[in-house]
Amino acid sequence: MKALRNYLNRIKPHFEEGGKLQAFRSVFDGMETFLFTPSTVAAPSGAQIHDAVDSKRIMITVVAALLPCLIFGMYNTGYQNWLAAGATEFPTFELLLYGFLAVLPRIAVTYAVGLGIEFVVAQWRREEIQEGFLVTGILIPMICPVETPLWMLAVATAFAVIFAKEVFGGTGYNVFNVALVARAFLFFSYPAQMSGDRVFVASEPILGIGHSVNYADGISGATPLGQIATHTGGALRLQSVVGDDLSWWDAFVGLIPGSFGETSTLCVCIGAAILLVTGIASWRIIVSVVAGALLTGWIANTFQTSTYPASFLSPADQLLYGGLAFAAVFMATDPVTAARTNAGKWIFGFIVGAMAVVIRTYNNGYPEGAMLAVLLGNALAPLIDYCVVQTNIRRRQKRAALSLKGGDR
Amino acid sequence: MRRQLTIKKGLDLKLRGSVADPTPIKAAATPAVAIVPDDFPGFLPKPEVKAGDAVKAGTPLFRDKNDGRIKLCSPISGTVREIVRGARRHIERIVIDSDGRDEKVAHPHPTNADELRLLLMESGLWAMMRQRPFDIVPASDSHPRDIFVTLTDTAPLAVQPATVLKGRYDSMAAGVKALATLTHGKVYVAVPKGCTLDLEGAEMVEVAGPHPAGNAGVIASHIRPVNKGETIWTLDGATLACIGDLASGKPVDHSVAVAVTGPEITTPAVVTTVPGATMESLINGNLRPTSRPLRVISGNVLTGEDAGIAGYLRWPYRQVTVIADGSDVDEFLGWASPAPKMSLSRTFISWLMPRKVYSPDARINGGRRPMIMSGIYERMLPMDIMPEFLIKAMLSHNIEQMEALGVYEVAPEDFSAAEFADPSKLELQRIVRESLDYLRKEI
Repeated sequence: MKALRNYLNRIKPHFEEGGKLQAFRSVFDGMETFLFTPSTVAAPSGAQIHDAVDSKRIMITVVAALLPCLIFGMYNTGYQNWLAAGATEFPTFELLLYGFLAVLPRIAVTYAVGLGIEFVVAQWRREEIQEGFLVTGILIPMICPVETPLWMLAVATAFAVIFAKEVFGGTGYNVFNVALVARAFLFFSYPAQMSGDRVFVASEPILGIGHSVNYADGISGATPLGQIATHTGGALRLQSVVGDDLSWWDAFVGLIPGSFGETSTLCVCIGAAILLVTGIASWRIIVSVVAGALLTGWIANTFQTSTYPASFLSPADQLLYGGLAFAAVFMATDPVTAARTNAGKWIFGFIVGAMAVVIRTYNNGYPEGAMLAVLLGNALAPLIDYCVVQTNIRRRQKRAALSLKGGDR
Repeated sequence: MRRQLTIKKGLDLKLRGSVADPTPIKAAATPAVAIVPDDFPGFLPKPEVKAGDAVKAGTPLFRDKNDGRIKLCSPISGTVREIVRGARRHIERIVIDSDGRDEKVAHPHPTNADELRLLLMESGLWAMMRQRPFDIVPASDSHPRDIFVTLTDTAPLAVQPATVLKGRYDSMAAGVKALATLTHGKVYVAVPKGCTLDLEGAEMVEVAGPHPAGNAGVIASHIRPVNKGETIWTLDGATLACIGDLASGKPVDHSVAVAVTGPEITTPAVVTTVPGATMESLINGNLRPTSRPLRVISGNVLTGEDAGIAGYLRWPYRQVTVIADGSDVDEFLGWASPAPKMSLSRTFISWLMPRKVYSPDARINGGRRPMIMSGIYERMLPMDIMPEFLIKAMLSHNIEQMEALGVYEVAPEDFSAAEFADPSKLELQRIVRESLDYLRKEI
């Protein structure tokens, strides 16, 4: 470590103002603070000691909470491929390896594009690199279908980082969740490649691993919510890619088609546990999203009608299928874009949960409503906070008026 | 009737170097004292003495340019060594060499409230109080709605003033009587929970809870918050005792009890000295042997000044804390460290070790960021204030919004716990101080 430190100290002057590599100052700075916690000490006046937690620690905890979903996503990608190809044996390691090979280039592309932009902007603004993209970069591949072309991921990532984050001032100032903006961009720009029944199941072998899926064989890669959206009369029967019935257990564990990291409600729960125990995510938001979804789901289910087939889903099913659980834990809780007041968090979460179910139930054009619900919540969050802050302001004004009326003092 | 106040929000840090026996012992005689005018916000110093002048304890050193009747006085008798000036002739400090004689300026016995006010200004005791709004030396025409005296200190490693000031209870009682003539409201005296001290004429408040529960602003906000157009005064127990001496015509006893604490102190203790004493006389070799750079703080670890071993005890601190500086540490992949570090967040396993005692250093443990996490300041500020929004209003110099969000109720020290906990490492106390000064100038 000493040698590495000495090496960094030796090359540091090249990256400073006037050095021959000063164009890469932000890159060097990012690497240096990544490797060694800066030994910056407190200002002479004010708090002399500080909590050990910093935003790097927070971001890395979120990434850790995402790992169960990511690893299960690898397994499920392999599993769906094997299943669709008609395999009868499912070798765990090969499934995982297949999924790993499927997702690796996607993560690499989002990180390369996103971090590249961050480095350039940090250099241009003469600021430190911020670590917000560590989480965004891993989220984007996880909330997209596995068959999304790489170039689309690159374009969407660039669009989201530039127009949803940097133009607002960078990490901490964005209004909309960056990862969801990337997904919304893909969803609206390339609807054909982002929905339907062929994008959620990997259909080609990678490096000789995996199978070729032949859709002519009556295979349907539609997600459960996709099946519901295209449902036309008769009893609702959710099917796996090869036409077997899906149980709630399959959906809970996550062995269903869907975006890469969102299918397993079980793994989402593990991630939620990590975020809640460490206190990174707001329990208020998670609880209220779930409450909003369950309540709206219950209302929809009570008034079920074949016009809106998603109303056949029980409230619990609403959380098992699609990305709602994932969005509740990892998207709605993004502290920058969610409401920041405690009362506001309850309202914000409830709106997100309720809207997600409303959209997926009563708008047949969109099989999944979680993405749009969180983005809508993001747009409303400042307004919600404004109203909550106003109650504090009005309470203070009332108190002042009362005190003045008190007369003698 | 005694009021009970139980505060829930805030923090309770477990640090090495607490005082085992709070009985004050006499400190080594200080060879000199320094008074720093910047420690008295709102006071614009104009020197009344020059280098070489002989002064007594109580001789005015500076008068306030806003109102020349308000003075800063020498706490000891001796000779003025120098007035140290910085950039643009800004007065940094005045240093007075002690003659070891302890001669005092005699003050007349005030007979009414107006005389008392003038005498407080003349004797320098006025400048030792603070007013809200703005957390400044009270303006000369200020008439407080209420007066809040704090005899409790919840800061890390602090000792309870109610305990160390045991010998001064009579003076305090006289002080309460005197202050009661200066306000139509009440004189509130905050003591730690379980303290039986009862001062006649004061409304006693027993305070329990984590830091910053013992801050005057927090206590006031739970009893009667400062509204726009109102003024309260805040002071500590030692100043109250001095006011009592002055009001009863006795010579003012300027001595203060200072807790010398922190992980780098061999035997933490409470010592009696005078305001502005040298750090060397206070610490007096009571340091653990180490080759690492140290940070000698006048104050506590959450609110204080890095005075340095060659520095002086700054106002209004009754505590010295010595910790490692940490500028010599290079930590590899610190953000990923599995070690149990001192943190209020549960991202380190230390949250499972509630009894662990820490020896922190002064590193800020991260880089400055915009506000990312929400709700952290709020858990550290037990007031009816929305701290994040107030800080944002301050950062954008939005006066109207600051007023609406309660800027008149706060002082920088109220944000000390939030500044510690902040993962974005913002200098909240500096932001609040600068905003209060900005606001005062603009209004």
